[in-house]
Amino acid sequence: MNAKQLFGIAVSVCLASVTFSAQAGSKDDKKLDAKTTEIIKRDFRDKGIAKADRVNQDELQAACSKYLDDVPDKLKGKLEAAQAKEIKWPADGKYMGDWKAGEKLAQSGRGMTWSDKPEDTPGGNCYNCHRLSAKEIAYGTIGPSLLNYGKKRGTKEEVQRSVYGHIYNAKAYNACANMPRFGHMGILTEAQIKDLVALLLDPESPVNPKDASAAAK
Amino acid sequence: MGNPMKIRASVKDGVTEVKVLMQHEMETGLRKEADGTLVPAWFITEVKAQHQGRTVLEAQYGQSISKNPYLLFRFKGGAVGEKVTVTWMDNKGDTRTDEAAIAA
Amino acid sequence: MNTSRLTRMILVLALAASGAAQAADDSASDSDKIEAYREMISDGNPAEFDEMRGEELWKKPAGPKNASLEKCDLGKGAGVVKGAYAALPRYFKDTKKVQDLESRLLTCMTTLQGIPEADITAKPFASDKKPSDISSLATYVVGQSKGMKMAVSTKHPKEKEAYEIGKRIFNYRAGPYDFACSTCHATSDVRIRMQDLPNFNVKADAQSAYSSWPAYRVSQGLTRSFQWRLNDCFRQQRFPEPKFASEATVALTMYLAVSANGADYAGPGLKR
Repeated sequence: MNAKQLFGIAVSVCLASVTFSAQAGSKDDKKLDAKTTEIIKRDFRDKGIAKADRVNQDELQAACSKYLDDVPDKLKGKLEAAQAKEIKWPADGKYMGDWKAGEKLAQSGRGMTWSDKPEDTPGGNCYNCHRLSAKEIAYGTIGPSLLNYGKKRGTKEEVQRSVYGHIYNAKAYNACANMPRFGHMGILTEAQIKDLVALLLDPESPVNPKDASAAAK
Repeated sequence: MGNPMKIRASVKDGVTEVKVLMQHEMETGLRKEADGTLVPAWFITEVKAQHQGRTVLEAQYGQSISKNPYLLFRFKGGAVGEKVTVTWMDNKGDTRTDEAAIAA
Repeated sequence: MNTSRLTRMILVLALAASGAAQAADDSASDSDKIEAYREMISDGNPAEFDEMRGEELWKKPAGPKNASLEKCDLGKGAGVVKGAYAALPRYFKDTKKVQDLESRLLTCMTTLQGIPEADITAKPFASDKKPSDISSLATYVVGQSKGMKMAVSTKHPKEKEAYEIGKRIFNYRAGPYDFACSTCHATSDVRIRMQDLPNFNVKADAQSAYSSWPAYRVSQGLTRSFQWRLNDCFRQQRFPEPKFASEATVALTMYLAVSANGADYAGPGLKR
């Protein structure tokens, strides 16, 4: 046996051991995954409107958790298509409501926690993660700035429809997006989503300031 | 009676620095319970500090000061081992006095 | 949070910031100003009152067995409080479980003092109306690790397992908003509204966040324990309530504590 062959064997031994440990790891991983699910199902309880069954994951949540939000392309496409299929588009074919109601909704961070009352209307929580208007300084940065959103895109019907779809179910466009599925999960009503579409696209909305200096920021 | 204060006093270059942490609810009288009833006002109205019997600070407190108020002040003089005494009074007539020895 | 407290807190912050203005540059960011405020009141953390209360509770005989907690083993031997928190959570042989500080205190209060567990877990967190004994005890214990290096072990298989499970809980997306801990805490330099968020995948962030809890919350006027911190995170995550001192909360704490290993423990801290 020459040195080259020996080297070849050594490399394949290494590869084999790597493969082996990866397999052993995944077996352990599966056990740990199962135990985690078991613990989570046991250790959370109803409080107020937040019922214990909220910890049960749907297919999408489970996949995003498993792959740390980086699901393989093929699965990603499949998940997105499944989410898109469930979007309920407005029956009247109109996507834009009242931007003023939308702004109020965007400001509200209420809703869906165990300290919220069942009769309280959930807010949009938009400012928690996005910059929307130039004059509101208390905005989050988890999501992209949406200032001037409509100015850049106009108000063509396909734009309106896309914005409606994104708010209704952001995961139809990006499977493991951080953004909640406001329509899909029943957080916001059709009318409320329309108000938010208007907030983003209406030329009168503070999201699309006419003043050039505000727009430049 | 009130709960005890934490007082720390130290002297450096002839100036004594005093740090006082008071325990008090400092209710504004504007806050409401979940059921809508008003929480009655209850706050410190006056704080007085003395060094060896001499008043070195007098302050009027009110609703705008937070719960468990913290006060830092300096006065000229003071020597290691001498006493600093702090007294507060609140709108219910309650009062509390604590003292601390000046450290180096 | 009630509005009047919030308003007053902002006033205090504003006053503190203006006081510090000579020292700090005018263009200092809000977080620098808050840092200056923290510095000014570093000897004035009202958490000290909770530490005092906790120390009394630790030493005073109580419960049906009329015993103090001075024989409680927090991992460093019976009655040793110094440095105990810097090595928690850890595996305990007597309970055959990995325990964080609060679940261990629960064990001691039930076994040594004979207090029924349900009496403690019914209201484990302090409120405006009523302090919490277990929470004050925790404040006392953590204060005895101030300045020490965080060194949480994963040597025992159960500790390693708790860490692995905690990591999975950290990334577990569920609920109406599809949120996991990682939704807000796995990206650097982002904030929710005005609040900066620590990225637990980055050592320095994990260290400064973990080592500053438990903490006195100025906006609430209360010292908050680490179990409370997790509880309120899950509330905002739109999850149901995690059971107090449950395996899920201990595992998550294990993950976060190990991520913060090497930090100088700085609690009890002071937060907005």
